[in-house]
Amino acid sequence: MTDINAYETAPEAQFGDYVALLKPRVMSLVVFTAFVGLFVAPIDVHPFIAFCSVLFIALGGGASGALNMWYDRDIDAVMNRTQSRPIPSGRVEGGEALGLGLVLSVLSVMMLGLVANWFAAGFLAFTIFFYAVVYTVWLKRWTPQNIVIGGAAGAFPPMIGWACATGGITLESLLMFALVFFWTPPHFWALALFMKEDYHKAGVPMLTVTHGRPVTRRHIFAYTLVLAPFALWLGLTSIGGPLYMAVAVVLNAAFIHGGWRILRRSEEQAVADGYAVERQVFKLSLYYLFLHFLALLVQSWIGGW
Amino acid sequence: MALKTEHEIHGRRRSRNVGLGVVLIGFVALVFGLTVVKVQQGGLLEAYDHQPRVSMTPVEPVAPRTIPQEDPQ
Repeated sequence: MTDINAYETAPEAQFGDYVALLKPRVMSLVVFTAFVGLFVAPIDVHPFIAFCSVLFIALGGGASGALNMWYDRDIDAVMNRTQSRPIPSGRVEGGEALGLGLVLSVLSVMMLGLVANWFAAGFLAFTIFFYAVVYTVWLKRWTPQNIVIGGAAGAFPPMIGWACATGGITLESLLMFALVFFWTPPHFWALALFMKEDYHKAGVPMLTVTHGRPVTRRHIFAYTLVLAPFALWLGLTSIGGPLYMAVAVVLNAAFIHGGWRILRRSEEQAVADGYAVERQVFKLSLYYLFLHFLALLVQSWIGGW
Repeated sequence: MALKTEHEIHGRRRSRNVGLGVVLIGFVALVFGLTVVKVQQGGLLEAYDHQPRVSMTPVEPVAPRTIPQEDPQ
């Protein structure tokens, strides 16, 4: 008897490949900021409701990640960093990612509406639409400001978390949005300076390619300056406090200093030491966001002003 | 060939099947837990049965009653 197996050459998709479609690393940021937004809100939420709310916000974020991977499968196949993703590597078909993304989008929005409230669910639906359509489809391949606008999608989760508890939007949740929103451009452009990716080959306009590296350095510094007042203002609201304020002052001073150092360097200096400063600032930016939200969490726990 | 022989596709797809099974069981547990919490939190547990009843009437704050002034004319 002869076994005929048409699937011999195609690698079989494992469960982990479908998890990878949901961009777990991006999801970790969503989980953390959404949890903080929910926890610091003035209205107490039952722990299990809070857990489920954060879970479905994360699932919504994952769904938009799958939709992004479906739409960007042509770019992902070209760039080295993304060639091993499930779709370009041939383990998962594009249509499967689209289906998974759409089903999980609907499921996460419906469940968040049932778990928390329909305002938060609508907000999550808008976030998925914003990331998958406004960012991925419309803006990513069209403008070098794509990072700035795409940053809004990553900045919505703490607002959704806040909305899960309170059912609305307030100054505090808007400032948490501003914190992530203005943090995103310096974070990604610092990465773009030392990760020499072939975005131009893939047809994605990146600021480093379209306007050059000196302009990118100026943009990074400018955004660290814009970011600082919003971070400090958040400390003056009802969710701020002495601890948050102390953390914010130190981190913003360090971040502005980092932006200044990036600004003052020429490309030759950067190449000479292997982009050491850019790497340091990128690493600092990771701590910057994590510690700000951690400070909000601890401040809410020990009591604010 | 015995009918019970497992096709090799089951072996290749084991992680997918087990993973999906775990996710579905987790989802059921989640919905059950939510049901318990939502019921414990109370909320409106009565449906409308097309009959007015006391529990449906809006709760109004009790204001101090003031005697309306008679107009002298």
